[in-house]
Amino acid sequence: MKVKIEVMLRDSILDPQGNTIKKSLNNLGFKNIKNVRQGKLIEIDMNSNSSNKDEKNIKRMCEDVLSNSLTEKYKIKFLKNK
Amino acid sequence: MRVAIVVFPGSNCDRDISWAIKKVSGYKPDYLWHKEKNFINYDLIILPGGFSYGDYLRCGAIGSHSPIMNEIKKRSQKGVKIIGICNGFQILTESKLLPGSLLQNENLKFICKKIFLKVKNNNTFFSKKYKLNEIINVPIAHMEGRYYCNKETLKELENNKQIIFQYCNDNGDIKKTYNPNGSIMNIAGIINLKGNVLGMMPHPERCSEEILGGENGIKFFKSIFESIN
Repeated sequence: MKVKIEVMLRDSILDPQGNTIKKSLNNLGFKNIKNVRQGKLIEIDMNSNSSNKDEKNIKRMCEDVLSNSLTEKYKIKFLKNK
Repeated sequence: MRVAIVVFPGSNCDRDISWAIKKVSGYKPDYLWHKEKNFINYDLIILPGGFSYGDYLRCGAIGSHSPIMNEIKKRSQKGVKIIGICNGFQILTESKLLPGSLLQNENLKFICKKIFLKVKNNNTFFSKKYKLNEIINVPIAHMEGRYYCNKETLKELENNKQIIFQYCNDNGDIKKTYNPNGSIMNIAGIINLKGNVLGMMPHPERCSEEILGGENGIKFFKSIFESIN
């Protein structure tokens, strides 16, 4: 089972990297941009196929290590094996 | 007095702080590798500056899960004094030994320069040798030093006098203009509620002898040694 985890700064937290990217895109002529936020994408390849236990463990990994709940939010996407 | 300095892969201020402590107090600290789980009793444990685990994921995040940290958490509850400087501060917030978090500097630059700090509480183990509101000149060197916490936490920090150092100018004015990294309320250093854990972004170990360009850090170390002895 593959899992993709998207970690983003919370909306209330200033994201200077996102702002810089926005400015750069504006300078290149892409004017119709309201806001840019930059985050991280983490891909985890689990040994087993999807199980409830794995899903719980992934959530724990997100809470304990992969994100900082004070400043970040995360989304988990489970990709089933073909 | 027994002092330990924790060495993580990527720590780079471990020797600087050892030197400063030896110079100021005459005691020679032990180094503890971050994988240690059993070690003797120490009066003071220091998490030094640097780039533990290359700052991967978030600064201090992986270091906060190093094997030694469980024991450090236990000892902090017993009242052992713990100091985190720069990357050490980031490890302390990531391990929830101190509230808040340290984010990328507002101007996205690695800032390496001397700044002014105001001592906002001198009634602590770590600051008692300074005068209240004393202005000191101390170097900073970081990319992720923007202290952030939520409103409730900020109120608690203020009410409990947990804010120890704030960025200011040479007159002691605490304004946004003198805030190098965008920290909330110009916060540069805080302690926990119990008063035995301190985290700060500036480097007192880099200004504890004249040859390095200043001696404003000496009182920081003297405060701690006087508290312990």
